Amino acid sequence: MNKSILNKKLLGSLILAMALTACKSTPMVDKPTAVEDKSPKAETTTQPAASGADTSGVKDAAVSGNPLTDPNNILSKRSIYFDFDKDTVKEEFRPLVEAHAKYLAEHANAKVTLQGNADERGTREYNLALGQRRSVAVKKSLNLLGAQDKQIETVSFGEEKATPNCKDDACHQLNRRVDIVYDNE
Amino acid sequence: MKKLFGIFQSIIFFVVALTSSTVNAALEIEISGGSAQQIPIAIVPFGQAGTSSQDKIGDIIAADLRRSGLFRVLETGGVASQPTDISQVKYAEWAALQAQAITVGNIAALPGNRLKVTFKLADVLKQTQLASMEYNIAPNQLRLTAHKIADVIYQKLTGEGAIFASRVAYINKSKGRYALQVADADGVNPQTVVSSNEPIISPAWSPDGSKIAYVSFEKKKPIIFVQSLTTGQRLTLANFKGNNSAPSWSPDGRKLAIVLTHSANSQIYTINADGTGLKQLTKSSTIDTEPEWSPDGKWIYFTSDRGGNPQIYKVSSIGGEAQRVTFQGDHNLSPHFSPDGKSLAMVRNNGGKYSIALQDLMSGQVQLLSDGADDESPSFAPNGRVVLYATRAGGRGALAAVSSDGRVRQRLSESGGDIREPSWGPLLN
Repeated sequence: MNKSILNKKLLGSLILAMALTACKSTPMVDKPTAVEDKSPKAETTTQPAASGADTSGVKDAAVSGNPLTDPNNILSKRSIYFDFDKDTVKEEFRPLVEAHAKYLAEHANAKVTLQGNADERGTREYNLALGQRRSVAVKKSLNLLGAQDKQIETVSFGEEKATPNCKDDACHQLNRRVDIVYDNE
Repeated sequence: MKKLFGIFQSIIFFVVALTSSTVNAALEIEISGGSAQQIPIAIVPFGQAGTSSQDKIGDIIAADLRRSGLFRVLETGGVASQPTDISQVKYAEWAALQAQAITVGNIAALPGNRLKVTFKLADVLKQTQLASMEYNIAPNQLRLTAHKIADVIYQKLTGEGAIFASRVAYINKSKGRYALQVADADGVNPQTVVSSNEPIISPAWSPDGSKIAYVSFEKKKPIIFVQSLTTGQRLTLANFKGNNSAPSWSPDGRKLAIVLTHSANSQIYTINADGTGLKQLTKSSTIDTEPEWSPDGKWIYFTSDRGGNPQIYKVSSIGGEAQRVTFQGDHNLSPHFSPDGKSLAMVRNNGGKYSIALQDLMSGQVQLLSDGADDESPSFAPNGRVVLYATRAGGRGALAAVSSDGRVRQRLSESGGDIREPSWGPLLN
């Protein structure tokens, strides 16, 4: 990997680290212009199947299977979990977010829907808004690492898909999440 | 006849046990707590000679009055005379039963398959007539007429406004399917307005009761529809990018306040009832949701966490600076107005317990109306006297009702389905 790409990766990680520790009252409407990925996209040319195996490792190829569903690939992990009433993307999910952002940056035609969820405590409409705020937080993180706005839709199910009758936080916790769903899955 | 709420009930505090049931009771209504003074009333079975009505009109009236907690309905079977008109009433017999009021009535067949219902209400002690009504109806309007009669009795004897001739909407989740249903205020005759495999939330009645707005996830994202209850036709009110939810009608029925997220976080907008004229009302970087129009049309109250935690705020309905309204408890959400605009019901979170609270808007005083761990969705009856809300019982959603002074509480539990999001509709004409 050449130096300019390495620097960009470090810069991207740094920005992500800052975003992840930002408190939730940071205005949502800021556009991160300084860190937009200006390098040529990795796959601007389509690769005809007949031209043989692809050595870059990031493209889908008949030989290696779909990284999005390969259980050995972090891209097959799709859920980011949150603390109660919070929308901050925690440190432990940084590698996951980075991996998906990179995939989106490198596959301009790929699109995702970020589905935000909340646990069932509190009112349905408030939880709908909280779920949305979580998906927007993940979208921001993806944007910072090169995914484009048009590749990402954010929706919320609030508490509507939550496991009902949770007795403890270990159960509630599983409902406080954003799921990354790729189009055409 | 389909029935959602049964009428088997036992009153804890009074000698006369009332156990009447017209259909298989699917529900138990427990009335806990008692009103200070209950009016003892005798409801003499209506004469129904020559009519084929299955519904015993007297039973429907009795159930309504009993459910209000303000009446003690007396057994009339043991009394020798069964008058159907005031002229036949032997007041001494009824006074001996401790009755303070008596109703008598009759249903007669009319040509063209119609019915004439007459009813009179009298004061037993003063031996005077208090009310007299006559209705010319189609047979399928008999239940509604019973509710209207109950309302006449209720208004005359308590001074409170009408309540029984109304309907409630709620979501019934059963076997993985969601149905928005509308039933009579006594739970009878639930009709499905719309059903789906995906969630439906936030039903909201138009002020004239002809339409209902709701949020459906049928297209895998929340979208607001407005559906006519008479024709069944519906309009997509809002399907902007992101979420569309939390519809609340203006008192004149011309606009709705809604919540959109197309600018990122949940913000409040107003929109015409035909889906045109979208205008942004709140502009914050936090969650603003659950708008509720005040009955005078001047304010929109809403839930916001701009202060760090969810609390209730208000903003002029034409826009401006928001002011905070709630200051007690950890969180306050989901404002719902009493019809007279003087009190606000809400969901309060205190130490992780979500209960229904009522705030007097003049004095700022707050009282807790419920003590559940997971109560939400408060909705006032049209007379402001009762608050319907969603609670949980036996691992399932159920409806409950509490008098606005907090003294009489009823739980309506149901044997199938998971009920949530109740909304009390306006009085029926």
